[in-house]
Amino acid sequence: MTYIAKPKFAHPSLQPNAVGYTRRDYEGRVSTLCAGCGHDSISAAIVQACFELDLEPHRLAKLSGIGCSSKTPDYFLGASHGFNTVHGRMPSVLTGANLANRSLVYLGVSGDGDSASIGLGQFAHSIRRGVNMTYIVENNGVYGLTKGQFSATSDKGSKSKKGVVNHDSAIDMVSLALQLGATFVARSFSGDKTQLVPLIKAALRHKGAAFIDTISPCIAFNNHAGSTKSFDWVREHNEAVNRLDVMIGRSPITAEYSEGSTIQVEQHDGTVLTLRKLAADYDPTDRVRAMGFLQERAAAGEVVTGLLYVDPEAEDLHDALGTTSTPLNELNTADLTPGSAALSDINASLR
Amino acid sequence: MEPTNIESPDYFHKVVDCQWACPAHTPVPEYIRMIAQGRYADAYMVNWKSNVFPGILGRTCDRPCEPACRRGRVEDEPVAICRLKRAAADNKGELNGRMPTPNTNWNGKTVACVGAGPASLTVARDLAPLGYRVVIYDREHKGGGMIRSQIPRFRLPEEVIDEEVGYITALGPELVLNQEVTSLQGMLAEPYDAIFVGTGAPRGRDLDVPGRAEAAANIHVGIDWLSSVSFGHVEKICRRVIVLGGGNTAMDCCRTSRRLGGDDVKVIVRSGFDEMKASPWEKEDAMHEGIPIFNFLVPRSVTHEAGQLTGVWFEKVAWQTGEDGRRALKPTGEPDQHFECDDVLVAIGQENSFPWIEREVLDFDKWGMPVVGETTFQSSNPKVFFGGDSAFGPKNIIWAVAHGHEAAVSIDLYCRGQDVTLRPPPGVTLASQKMGIHEWSYDNDISLDERRKVPLMETTLALSSIKNEVELGFDEHLAYAETQRCLNCDVQTVFSVPACIECDACVDICPTDCITFTANGEEPDLRTRLKAPAINFTQDLYVSGALPTGRVMVKDEDVCLHCGLCAERCPTGAWDMQKFLLNTTQAGGCR
Repeated sequence: MTYIAKPKFAHPSLQPNAVGYTRRDYEGRVSTLCAGCGHDSISAAIVQACFELDLEPHRLAKLSGIGCSSKTPDYFLGASHGFNTVHGRMPSVLTGANLANRSLVYLGVSGDGDSASIGLGQFAHSIRRGVNMTYIVENNGVYGLTKGQFSATSDKGSKSKKGVVNHDSAIDMVSLALQLGATFVARSFSGDKTQLVPLIKAALRHKGAAFIDTISPCIAFNNHAGSTKSFDWVREHNEAVNRLDVMIGRSPITAEYSEGSTIQVEQHDGTVLTLRKLAADYDPTDRVRAMGFLQERAAAGEVVTGLLYVDPEAEDLHDALGTTSTPLNELNTADLTPGSAALSDINASLR
Repeated sequence: MEPTNIESPDYFHKVVDCQWACPAHTPVPEYIRMIAQGRYADAYMVNWKSNVFPGILGRTCDRPCEPACRRGRVEDEPVAICRLKRAAADNKGELNGRMPTPNTNWNGKTVACVGAGPASLTVARDLAPLGYRVVIYDREHKGGGMIRSQIPRFRLPEEVIDEEVGYITALGPELVLNQEVTSLQGMLAEPYDAIFVGTGAPRGRDLDVPGRAEAAANIHVGIDWLSSVSFGHVEKICRRVIVLGGGNTAMDCCRTSRRLGGDDVKVIVRSGFDEMKASPWEKEDAMHEGIPIFNFLVPRSVTHEAGQLTGVWFEKVAWQTGEDGRRALKPTGEPDQHFECDDVLVAIGQENSFPWIEREVLDFDKWGMPVVGETTFQSSNPKVFFGGDSAFGPKNIIWAVAHGHEAAVSIDLYCRGQDVTLRPPPGVTLASQKMGIHEWSYDNDISLDERRKVPLMETTLALSSIKNEVELGFDEHLAYAETQRCLNCDVQTVFSVPACIECDACVDICPTDCITFTANGEEPDLRTRLKAPAINFTQDLYVSGALPTGRVMVKDEDVCLHCGLCAERCPTGAWDMQKFLLNTTQAGGCR
């Protein structure tokens, strides 16, 4: 961390986006995390993604729980709505907010402790209900705020900084999300923004529950030999299945790809996801095969990254509940109390 | 690209833009920090060692450092470096033994300096403490040269000149004043071991138009007239004055006229306003004193009645591209314009003049300039050295000082029988400024303040006497505030490949997007692939060796704020902030 806020001066080539903000306008306050923390890189990736998506900061709500990861919403999108909730309870607060005001873009930021231990149930239910959100887990495999004990995502057999071997099985949040019905599932790495930024962009434009498990090395407690969440380990075992380009609207496709090397997926809002295949025959629209592939590669000791599954036709919780398309704060008295005639109609329909 | 060789003194020197741009390579950020700490005398000595005339230059320097200042690339205005130098001189108080003392052990060598201007005085200052006997000749009755004769007192008070010339004469050189040297041959016959020529560019270019001779009584050559004013021979000028020319001498002429009775003073210049040679601030100062500047007007003839000047006719011109594709000033065809006036001052350029040097003694080129070594300042006669305006034509005081230092190095080498082409390398130190976790020996919090203006004397009072110094200088509060705008470019970002774990923390925190980790490539390609494009080709890229992922670290030095946040965010100390201090080696410094 530093004590000094990032100076306001910027590179002279810094340009505003379509809604008039520069990338610097999407930053937040000075980070209090340890120097080199992977979480700060994820914050920078979120800043970059929101800038590139031309998101107006006040149209986004960021919610988090407790922990190193959950502190980070203070360090990005300083002009957006924010709610730093109770430990493990971010998903239900987010669900409530989403139901009340469906016009905002929802970003949940959590950690492996917040989502895989105390908040595992909350995580599971928000995913299976299909809340329209982007759920990012900043996964470092340790409890950084309490001096580096193993978390629930630490791999069995990996070592702590002091050399203790973990004998508990790890929770794989990606497999969980797939099994629970998430309609957008990805895994990435804080040390690879060229992969991470397009994934965040695609997730923010996805309708439904979008989940990104982001491995984020803990410099202070989990970046040593014997760790499976260190920079070196992840770089050596990273098996990216695809690379993603996100096209918004009708922007022309400038890159050229050889035939059969790409898959194009168009999401609900017209966003075109162009996936350059890195693993032959990997189909990111096949949930069952994706689950099998993940198990197989995990058994081989590899860390699979990329856009692992997407359902472009996904529906969300509002569709399931048939809620009004108007945010609740925009409903006026006439909408909410339609009068005795409307009541009579309803009663008549039930007779 | 090959990894950057940061061991070469030039690499980090170039990053300190101000110091690199200064002909004398004054370590600017070093003395600005001293001013911030209230160590004015120390700041003065850093300057004095390097540029010899801090109080004089702090008022009159052409400031090559300021257009180079990195601050000017991240916001509108550079740091007011020049006026901070003056603040150090104004507030220095007692120097308490910081000055060198005269050397009483004569080394047996005697050096003659012709002219007592800034170049010769610098040679004397560098050589006298080494034991040389230095004899300085000048035709005027006081030392200082053009500093004393051509710069008007309202910009540079006489006490400042006396003080700073005095520091040099206190070191023991002999001044032979009121004596014009008329023959170099004669000088060479004297028992001098070396002769330094620092006679400046003493001849003002004259106007050659019809009517010039008839109205001669009211047409004056600018630098001669300024000199007459400086030495008290001229105390008045007529009411309506036209100054011809667009350089700094023209600005001094018009502003001096305003103080000697001219209340309708105009500057009329041949080129466009923007192409005038005068420094922008000097133009501003003239206009602030109610002097209009007319451009694109070429003098055609002088009108007069009964030997009395009445005005000047001008032809209107404009930039036009000729058939050869070159831009030239061509007549527009509009009718000529007449300006009435009572006096004309001609400030259209200066020339060198060496009537006293016999051509058989040393070689001259076809332009009538002596053939002088660019780094050695030695002429074709190995015993004779040149410096200042007399070496390569009219420049500024700071150039004369820089020449003087180099010539003194050459003279010292020559007198000791060594090769003058083997130049001593600069003295360089590079040391970490880390004091603790997130604590540095310099103030790395970046001030967002805008440049402070130097307070001026109220105009009516300023114009009432030529001796009233118009600029009041920064007081201590203003000077402190201005020092905080300095980005400390001498505190360098030094990168260590073995320590780097490629976590991206530095990339994320850098406010000006200077740092990129990417695949290596050729420079033109690399410049386009960085986090922010490196479009300033005068600024280097700092490229590391290959990292474990096969990528390299590339840092564009262009708009680095030297805020040290990369080093504060680095978990492994791969970035360190290290102070680069370069002192050019002066005579006797590298034996």
